[in-house]
Amino acid sequence: MLKDEDRIFTNLYGLKDKSLKGAMSRGHWDGTKQIIEKGRDWIIEEMKASGLRGRGGAGFPTGLKWSFMPKQSDGRPHYLVVNADESEPGTCKDRDIMRHDPHTLIEGCVIAGFAMGANTAYIYLRGEYMREREALQAAVDECYDAGLLGRNNKNGWDFDVYLHHGAGAYICGEETALLESLEGKKGQPRLKPPFPANMGLYGCPTTVNNVESIAVAPTILRRGGAWFSSFGRPNNVGTKLFMVSGHVNKPCTFEEAMGLSFREIIETHCGGIRGGWDNLLAVIPGGASCPVVKGEDMKDAIMDFDGMREVKSSFGTGGMIVMDKSTDIIKAIWRIAAFFKHESCGQCTPCREGTGWMMRVLERMVKGNAQKREIDMLFEVSKQIEGHTICALGDAAAWPIQGLIRNFRPEIEQRIDQYTRNAIAHGVVMEAAE
Amino acid sequence: MSVRRLADDNVQPQSFAFNEANSAWAAQTIKKYPAGRQQSAVIPLLMRAQEQDGWVTRAAIEKIAEMLEMPYIRVLEVATFYTQFQIKPVGTKAHVQVCGTTPCMLRGAEDLISVCKKKIHPEPLHPNESGTLSWEEVECQGACVNAPMVVIFKDTYEDLTPIQLEYIIDRFEAGKGGDVTPGPQIDRVYSAPAGAPVTLTTDTPAPKFAARADAPAPVAAAAAPAAPAPVAEAPAAKAEAKPSLDDPNRPAAVAKPATPDDLKMISGVGPVMEGKLHDLGIFTFAQIAKWTEKEIAWVDGYLAFRGRIVRDDWIKQADALARGGEEEYVRVFGKKPR
Repeated sequence: MLKDEDRIFTNLYGLKDKSLKGAMSRGHWDGTKQIIEKGRDWIIEEMKASGLRGRGGAGFPTGLKWSFMPKQSDGRPHYLVVNADESEPGTCKDRDIMRHDPHTLIEGCVIAGFAMGANTAYIYLRGEYMREREALQAAVDECYDAGLLGRNNKNGWDFDVYLHHGAGAYICGEETALLESLEGKKGQPRLKPPFPANMGLYGCPTTVNNVESIAVAPTILRRGGAWFSSFGRPNNVGTKLFMVSGHVNKPCTFEEAMGLSFREIIETHCGGIRGGWDNLLAVIPGGASCPVVKGEDMKDAIMDFDGMREVKSSFGTGGMIVMDKSTDIIKAIWRIAAFFKHESCGQCTPCREGTGWMMRVLERMVKGNAQKREIDMLFEVSKQIEGHTICALGDAAAWPIQGLIRNFRPEIEQRIDQYTRNAIAHGVVMEAAE
Repeated sequence: MSVRRLADDNVQPQSFAFNEANSAWAAQTIKKYPAGRQQSAVIPLLMRAQEQDGWVTRAAIEKIAEMLEMPYIRVLEVATFYTQFQIKPVGTKAHVQVCGTTPCMLRGAEDLISVCKKKIHPEPLHPNESGTLSWEEVECQGACVNAPMVVIFKDTYEDLTPIQLEYIIDRFEAGKGGDVTPGPQIDRVYSAPAGAPVTLTTDTPAPKFAARADAPAPVAAAAAPAAPAPVAEAPAAKAEAKPSLDDPNRPAAVAKPATPDDLKMISGVGPVMEGKLHDLGIFTFAQIAKWTEKEIAWVDGYLAFRGRIVRDDWIKQADALARGGEEEYVRVFGKKPR
């Protein structure tokens, strides 16, 4: 287990002082000015050296992303936008950062903003995080009062942080949809290119980062990229907030080093699987959009980007949804399909029509009221949605269903057989009786 | 994609205006965005209108369009696209939003939905007869490790059982929603594992955590199996004046037995509380199990415990422990005592 002194989020559970004073006593806001004085290139190089990959799900290297911003402003302002629209089922880490350790995020905004030449940051929270917004706003106000934000602040880089919020649309977690929403429109993703680094918020160069990616930056810079990259396997380094929900004895959120096995993580933090390891049916390893993995493949899999690719899934946000053998796996995936149907923005036809179609077919498969050839058809249709939409929601809707068919085809067929048998047995009798 | 329509004309009010405080707030909010980009404020303004009136009316949409110099249709688009906006009237005392997405479903969200159907209305988004309560199933609310959960107004109520949800709905219907502490409804700190955190233990100030475990701190609410009873109010009101030790309602004390029961096994009793009970001459489960309502009220008042004894249902817990120890407790509550 990661040692407590190596944790970045030292107040994850809100047991300690949340105020600026408390945050400072735990080492935050320490030497921010000196970090900024080191210069933009040093910060970006150090972030690249740390090997930090974006924590929002896609895993794009953060330092590289920052380096895409134009070095010289052409007169347009630069913007940093923090994606706090955390809505992926199974994911709830940013919530704890914002309500209990908000100063990690605010300090990160200042440093990241400086590194990309931005004087303004907008933090886009999901609308449902109302108490989190209040906590974060209180922390921002504290920083203004203490002269850490605003014009001529103590850090030597003029910087403003504004909170903005959405109103219950998962799609606004997609970066261009988020920018549309921030401009006061429907959250429908934009075509890329142009990429936000050239044409983002209000047509200005913009970088969109996940809360966790920004919040870990100050500590990485203080302790050095080498410290951060000493955890985990090459290309999958660092510490990470993990969340475990579903059928474990103690669901929880915690910070852990990358590269531990699933078994070790569950045993250390979650008190084991409900009913023991033999009772493990399946795991969705990184939020609802990742393909489901069979329990026996998951037990000793390594929880990082490459480890999850080896089991044909994806690491996503690190939000594991654990299912034991009492779970109706078809129904569980149907509910995810219903989620994506609800959250499709309606812009691209394959996704708008496809998500609803897949949900309806799965709904019948939950009962068994389907044909076996429809399983292949469902797989085919999901392949037609994947990769044929502007944003990744189409992919995200297709993957869980592909994972279900790949791993649990016998269950679906068995359900269909069962339904057919019952229909014959009862149907005929009923007719005869009448 | 969800297709949503505005409420019928006969329920739409004629006009909308932000109250004074909200008008000032709106002016500030518009200033957050660069000049000419006031449209950005549309979601925050609509949300504030919803907080003020309970739902987003057509008049509010038109008013906000004027404030932000936007075409009406653009604001209508936003109001119908984002599903957090209630564009039809919802319950005035509570609108219960039950998360039904897979992580919550795995831990029993369907039972919570059944409670809502039974207690409020068989259909979502239909206020009950008196118009005070309504419910809907919502998609992931971002509290998956605390599943299952509901959202009422701004607060989340997490780690719920159907019984607790019934209790919470009752409190809101009685206009006393503030009695229920938001957050996890079992013994855990926010998203930390149930019981005690595994990580961040080394430099956690111990007194603070001890205080949390034993005193009615805001994060420690009713324990999972406890069936919270509405009578919790009576002792809470009396908690003001500390009852005297000579009160006839004081439970009878006994001399310390050779092997006193481990009172800490009762959820809600920690080492400090156990000590206080010992001071009152209370050493066994059987004693607690026999407390009358008046005696409960006295102990509650004496310990300034604000109804926790009833909320945590010490009597039922103590009764089970007195009858069959840990085994009986597991049988009654479906989990081990702490």
